[in-house]
Amino acid sequence: MLDYITSYLKSDTTPGQAGNLLWALIYILLIFLGLSVAVIAMNWLERKILAHMQVRLGPMRVGPHGLLQPIADALKLLIKEDIMPAAADPWVFWMAPILVVITAFTVFIVVPFGPTHAVTDMNIGVLFMLGVSSLSVLGIVMAGWASNSHYPLMGALRSSAQMVSYEIAMGLAVVSAVLMTSLNQTGTGTLSMIGIVQAQQAQHIWFVFKFFPLGLIAFGIFAIAMVAETNRAPFDLPEAESELTAGFHTEYSGFRWSLFFLAEYSAMIAVSSIAVTLWLGGWMRPFPTWLSGETWDLVFSLIPGLTFLLLAAIAFLGVIRMPKHPYFRVQTIGLAGFGAVLGLIGLILLLPPVRDRIQDIFWFSAKVALSMYMYIWYRGTFPRYRFDQLMRVGWKVLLPLGIGVLILTAMAGVWL
Amino acid sequence: MQPVATTFFFYFLAGLTVLSGVLVITRKNPVHSALALIVALLGQAALYLMLYAPFVAGVQIILYAGGIMVLFLFVIMLVNIERSQREEQFNKQWIEGIAAAITLGALFVLVFAKSKSLFPDRAIPMPEGSNTQQVAVLLYGNYMFAFEIASLLLLVAIIGAVVMAKKRI
Amino acid sequence: MIDRTMIDRTVTDRTTTDQAMTDRTSHLELEQHDKTFLDSNELIINMGPQHPATHGVLRVILKLDGEKVLGTECVIGYLHRGVEKIAEHRTYSMFNPYVDRMDYVAAVSNGLGYCEAVEKLLNVEAPPRARYIRVILTELNRLASHMLWLGTHALDIGAITPLFYTFRDREEVLKIFEKYCGARLTTHAFRIGGCLYETYEGFEREVKKFLDFVTPKINEYEELLTTNRIWVERTKGVGKISAKECVALGVTGPVLRASGVKWDLRKAQPYAAYADFDFEIPTGQNGDTYDRYLVRMQEMRQSLRIIDQAVGKIPEGPIIAKVPKVMKPAVGEIYHSIEAPKGELGYFIVSDGSTQPYRVRVRPPSFVNLQALDMMVRGALVADVIAVIGTLDIVLGEVDR
Repeated sequence: MLDYITSYLKSDTTPGQAGNLLWALIYILLIFLGLSVAVIAMNWLERKILAHMQVRLGPMRVGPHGLLQPIADALKLLIKEDIMPAAADPWVFWMAPILVVITAFTVFIVVPFGPTHAVTDMNIGVLFMLGVSSLSVLGIVMAGWASNSHYPLMGALRSSAQMVSYEIAMGLAVVSAVLMTSLNQTGTGTLSMIGIVQAQQAQHIWFVFKFFPLGLIAFGIFAIAMVAETNRAPFDLPEAESELTAGFHTEYSGFRWSLFFLAEYSAMIAVSSIAVTLWLGGWMRPFPTWLSGETWDLVFSLIPGLTFLLLAAIAFLGVIRMPKHPYFRVQTIGLAGFGAVLGLIGLILLLPPVRDRIQDIFWFSAKVALSMYMYIWYRGTFPRYRFDQLMRVGWKVLLPLGIGVLILTAMAGVWL
Repeated sequence: MQPVATTFFFYFLAGLTVLSGVLVITRKNPVHSALALIVALLGQAALYLMLYAPFVAGVQIILYAGGIMVLFLFVIMLVNIERSQREEQFNKQWIEGIAAAITLGALFVLVFAKSKSLFPDRAIPMPEGSNTQQVAVLLYGNYMFAFEIASLLLLVAIIGAVVMAKKRI
Repeated sequence: MIDRTMIDRTVTDRTTTDQAMTDRTSHLELEQHDKTFLDSNELIINMGPQHPATHGVLRVILKLDGEKVLGTECVIGYLHRGVEKIAEHRTYSMFNPYVDRMDYVAAVSNGLGYCEAVEKLLNVEAPPRARYIRVILTELNRLASHMLWLGTHALDIGAITPLFYTFRDREEVLKIFEKYCGARLTTHAFRIGGCLYETYEGFEREVKKFLDFVTPKINEYEELLTTNRIWVERTKGVGKISAKECVALGVTGPVLRASGVKWDLRKAQPYAAYADFDFEIPTGQNGDTYDRYLVRMQEMRQSLRIIDQAVGKIPEGPIIAKVPKVMKPAVGEIYHSIEAPKGELGYFIVSDGSTQPYRVRVRPPSFVNLQALDMMVRGALVADVIAVIGTLDIVLGEVDR
């Protein structure tokens, strides 16, 4: 038994490849927990960042600086009355949010947080992720249908038409990146997520910079398509409040709605993971070849700990600026505790044994977090596309561009 | 890597696929039929995985379950359902249906029995290289012409659909 | 166990029956056929009166072919308060506060129009100092109204951030109003014959500071929207109306000017002290939503210009003319119109010699502009209807009175 547990630790592969079920389950649990924390954090971050862009403060009351707001929201949604329209189809109504959540969470099996830090490494990793996320379209169609009402149905059909259209552009961009993996010494490309990052490592370049500007354009196409795929601004007409056709989740309330919400943020993180893995070098630290060597490695390995210490410093700054009034005593103590926890994590991350192990996960998460910030930034800045303009962009702009980039990448790969 | 409980998974997946197939033809609600078909297709994708063909499985999920079935659902949801449900159901001919099924089953059993010698041995040699590579070599190498003809056919179908559905060009 | 029959009964009682809907929309030439909505292509959809994007309680019945709009009908009157009838039972100065509540977004202009109309009826003229103060406040008011318009219009189209920026800057204008007359929104700033309140201590300094504060903000709004590709695509070519159609319908204000007609009552029939100031009338060319946006942005800048010229040059003197305490104008009628932020705001007052007017008829710009909605959205998509309602800049308080 003990051998079973420790044999994996000595091996150099992912649990799936090592065939170790226990460790696979542990990894799955960790990913599940991490994803839940990430979704909750995203909720808070979105409200705060959007608010600060709009010259206001966002949630401030529930917990210090609104830190407990997501928990309050989750509690509220859980205790809300579960309404089902009388004429709705109960099976399909019940199945739709479950399908969307299952597909949103299943894709994380192949997401590589490090060379061995994935649940498994399928050799069709990217294909698997694209395929399972295309199953979520079915959940949306089912949700619109099950509500048995005119407006959600039209909204669901529009959402799903948009998602299917932009999947094509996403696929073309992904193929361009996969083409670049075949320019290794061995001459064969790979669809496996870990293999793609290792290809970038072997070629000493992030694919976003390869064959400049082709890699950049492919990344740009994927970045736009992934925003449209997850139905976020500026492509969120089917769910906008000021339009006539309300979104597909109109008839869902309480816990079921929170499942859709959870799935939306998980899908955002999933497609961001694809983008980070394919173009932004996955778990590699910035400048692996320009700034190489022992000292630079040391400097970059200190950054995770320093980041958390910086966050702790910001929290303590907030503590100092809290009003000195008895009403705020609990909040001040709470914020100070939160800052202390962050500081503790930062100090732990500075210890040498932890430092080496945490590198990959930190850089991967940092890049995904950057992508999340861009999502929130887009939401705060851009107006919405009208539906026909949205489809025009997907079919008439991104698709030809994607095909062009693919052809040029193939030519560049053969002749350069 | 050691396969895990292969026999159990095979029977489970095959049974799931067959059961979903039966549900497709017995449900009254067309949307339920479409959803059962999706389950059948996913079961089939898992069976492909068991045959060590992950690329085909991935493509099956993306195209069939995620693309074609979405299109099926669109059409089902946009067509006037009440009118179609008021029409005659086919269930009055079940005697003829069972007779035809028995005949077909007997034909299959006969063919299998007569040609047992033509089937290969149990152990099929695994192909070299990954499934993706093998499919690519075949598709873009040996069967390139057929591939191009098929894509041209699909293009014609797309143009035809657009021409028929558009109100004016 | 839910009682379905009771639900069905209450739902049918409260909403419009099919027959009533048919009577009301018969002019839209609908075909009577089997009402399975997904089967036929034509659809009647009801927008509002409770809707986040109709800027008030406006109900719009749309006849759609799929997504295209075939015809519209506006149902108004949800905010009708009988203001004109009330006027017949109030004295002229008592009616002054009611006037603010019509276009509640730009209340100062309403007051200006009414006071000037009654002054014409009484044959008095406001002293120069009052006229300058009136111009400054009215132009600040125009700025506030356009800022609100920009925020809500951008919000309807999907840009959620400019709303907060414009409201934040509008706060500064409202602060000045509050310091001047005590109220932010329904100001009741002017009286018949001039102004009641003297400018407060530091008024000119604050207005100058405000001008320096707001000019870079307006540049910020333009930076956010004017060259934004998505904004341009959502607004260019949407809701076109030609100059001839505008004149035929009686549409005035920025809508008329964006179609190319250079008509502004401040220059054509100068009132208050506008003849003393040097400013331009921005006009557009295509008459679409994008041009209306540009025209209103330019108008904001021109307002700043006027305020800049006026402040610092306010002449000394009395702020209110000699007006009898009991106002009994001679028998007669008068129509006086001003250029409100939304268009030509006119007051037609009939006096029968008593202290109360015989009839006050208000010509609200939003009411007349709303007629153009049907013409502007024919053939457009549903999402454009919301953009066009926003660009017409209607205030239901004015439309319904």
